[in-house]
Amino acid sequence: MNTEVTNINANNTVELEHGHGAELKTFGFWIYLMSDLVLFSALFATFAVIGYNYAGGPGPKQLFDLPYLFTETMFLLFSSVTFGLTMVAMNGNAKKRVITGLVITFLLGLGFIFMELHEFYGLIAAGHGPSRSGFLSAFFTLVGTHGTHVFFGLIWIIVMISQVVKKGLTDGVRSRMMRLSMFWHFLDLVWIGVFTVVYLLGVL
Amino acid sequence: MNQTHNQNMGAGHITNKGYITGFVLALLLTIISFGLVMTHIVSRQFAVIGLFVAAVAQMLVHLHYFLHLDRSSAQKWNVLALAFTALLLFIFVAGTVWVLYTLNSRMM
Repeated sequence: MNTEVTNINANNTVELEHGHGAELKTFGFWIYLMSDLVLFSALFATFAVIGYNYAGGPGPKQLFDLPYLFTETMFLLFSSVTFGLTMVAMNGNAKKRVITGLVITFLLGLGFIFMELHEFYGLIAAGHGPSRSGFLSAFFTLVGTHGTHVFFGLIWIIVMISQVVKKGLTDGVRSRMMRLSMFWHFLDLVWIGVFTVVYLLGVL
Repeated sequence: MNQTHNQNMGAGHITNKGYITGFVLALLLTIISFGLVMTHIVSRQFAVIGLFVAAVAQMLVHLHYFLHLDRSSAQKWNVLALAFTALLLFIFVAGTVWVLYTLNSRMM
């Protein structure tokens, strides 16, 4: 495998330039993720300021179910690992395993979104919607923004599954898979901040 | 192969073992975080400190094992961008909290 790639690079300067382009794209996407982090920091700051104003309504202790949240967190953590294993499979050119890995990652991400929507639905149905208090406004905005990111990540996974099926593991597909994996791991990273600051500190 | 792939985040010299190690560490830290809150094993003050330490540690685990950031020269700019963003994040959050929680006393 080593020699194979070296040969391609030696015979084809376009391939080299392409490799450099992929690296630049990766860096560019990293910059996007960092700007996304700035967006989340504004929402975290908002939560820190108005997240403790309950307006006489229920607080985290009454509303949050920690075992439920732990299961939700596990869905996202597992999906991060399955995506990692998918990337290993991709490096080994195992197309079928890449597709299986993406499907499993998608289902785990879907499980996370379903649990989050179920929680939101329960809160709103009980009259604890975003308009109830400053705490709930900040809660729905921060957690909802993260959930929206995961939702778009799921769409991206579907797109990549179809691309891997149709095009195979071409350079372009690999490059996009790389960025999707960064996006997915990044969302799991932000979730650590969310469950620590919003849920655990709230209930404590 | 190494030359090309080392430079790419998320796919440089990655192994199943690396992801499993990262997963076990992340799982342990998550259990510690939830355990601190659900068992009331330590005082509130210690639990808050413990939560932040566990959260930062888990973020570092994710950055290292999942996003493959390290101190190699190929990662220099990624790490630099992250460090700058962390600075911004600190200014935004700490600055906002500082200004707004001391608003009353400073308006007197």
